[in-house]
Amino acid sequence: MSVDTAHQQLAAAGTSRYVDHCMGIPISLAIRGRHARSRMGRTAWDDTIAELRRLDSIFSTYRKSSVISRLERAEIGPDDCPDEVAEIFELAALAKLETNAAFDIWRPRDDGVRHLDPSGVVKGWAIERASAPLRFLDDTAFCLSGGGDMVCRTPSTDAPAWRIGIEHPHDPSRLIAVVPLQNGAVATSGTVHRGEHLVDARSGRPVVGVASVTVVAASLTVADIDATSAYVMGADASRWLSDRPGITGFVVWADGSTTTTGDGQKSIS
Amino acid sequence: MRRITTWFLSTVTILVLLLGYHTSTSSAFGSPGGTSVLSRPAGESGQSQSSSGARVVTGPTVQTQWGPVQVEVTVEAGAITDVTPVQYPTGNSTDAQINGYALPILMDEAMQAQSANIDMVSGATVTSTGYIQSLQAALDQVGL
Repeated sequence: MSVDTAHQQLAAAGTSRYVDHCMGIPISLAIRGRHARSRMGRTAWDDTIAELRRLDSIFSTYRKSSVISRLERAEIGPDDCPDEVAEIFELAALAKLETNAAFDIWRPRDDGVRHLDPSGVVKGWAIERASAPLRFLDDTAFCLSGGGDMVCRTPSTDAPAWRIGIEHPHDPSRLIAVVPLQNGAVATSGTVHRGEHLVDARSGRPVVGVASVTVVAASLTVADIDATSAYVMGADASRWLSDRPGITGFVVWADGSTTTTGDGQKSIS
Repeated sequence: MRRITTWFLSTVTILVLLLGYHTSTSSAFGSPGGTSVLSRPAGESGQSQSSSGARVVTGPTVQTQWGPVQVEVTVEAGAITDVTPVQYPTGNSTDAQINGYALPILMDEAMQAQSANIDMVSGATVTSTGYIQSLQAALDQVGL
C-alpha cells in the first residue's frame, strides 16, 4: 500500500472518540486509522483505562485507601510501596530542584501544615504510561487526553497532524492558539477550572502574573511537570521555560499577552 | 513524613528520570510493573565521602532519547542538598522534528472554538464535574 493510499484511508476513516472518567478527570481518546473502530482498538482503550485506575489506586489523595494516603499517614513504609511511588518521588525531587522549590509535592494547606500531594507530577506521567496499549495499534493515529493534557501519535509523517486548541485562560469558550502536532505531548497549567489550586510552594500563596502555561514536548511526563513548574514561577515563567531543552513553551500572561519560547524551527537550521 | 521522602531520595541512585522516562513508558505495556526507571542500568557509578560528612553519589550514565544523562547528588544527613548534572543533552534532531510541528499558532481574538477545526483542547485541568461545560465535552459529543 502506498503512503498516499494510507493517508487517504486514514482521512476517510474519520475519527472515533471514547470518553471515560478516572482520577477525577475526564479521559478522552480521539482515534483514527485501522483500529479506530476495531475490537483491538476497543481493547487497547479498555487497557488504557484499567492502567489509569490502577495508578489512581496508588496515587489518589482523595482515596483514603490509596498507597499515597497510607504512606502519608505512615501506615506503610517506603518498602511497602510499588516501584511507581519511588519513580514519582524522584520526578518530584527534580522538579523541586529545577524550580528553586517553587514546585514541591509537599505543600502547605490552609491549616499551615505541609501535605503530600504528588498529583502535579502524577497526571501527565500516568496518561503517558497508560497510552502504551494504544501505541501498539498499527496504522492508527490517536490523541489521548486527561483533563486537557495529552499524548499525540500518528503512524507516519505525512498523516494529518492532530490539531490541539489551546483554551483562552480568560474565557474557556475561546481558543487563544492552535498547536498542530503529529507526535508529542501538550500540557497546560492554569487555574481557570479549579480556582486557585496552584500555589508557590515556598509561600503557599497563589501564583500571580501568569494566566496559563502550555508546554509541547516529546514526553507528556516532561510537558506536564514543566508546565506546572513554569506556572508556579509566576513572572519568571517564560525565562524559566527558555532554559529548558527540547520543549516549546507558550505563556499567557495575566494581561492576556503571550510569549512563546524554544522556537523549534531555530534548532532545525 | 519528610523522612520518607528523604529515604527514597537518599537510597536510590538519582537518575535524570525527567529526561529518561519516555523510553520506559514504551515498554510498560504487557507487564504490570513495566520497566522501572529505577532499575540501575549497567554503567559506572560511585560515591565519595567528604570531610563535612556530605556524601556525593555519581549516578550511572543513562541513555535517553535526548542523549546521555548523568548527575551527581550530594546527600547530607540523609537529605539531598545538591544535584549537579555531569552530562546533560543539549538537544538533537528528534527534538527539532517534534518542535518543528509544535509551534502554537495564535488565534484571532474573535475566533471561536467551533470554527477552528480542532481535535482536542488543552487547558487548565478540567475536573469531571466541570467537564460538562467544557469544550472537550462538546468535541467528544460530536464524535460519539
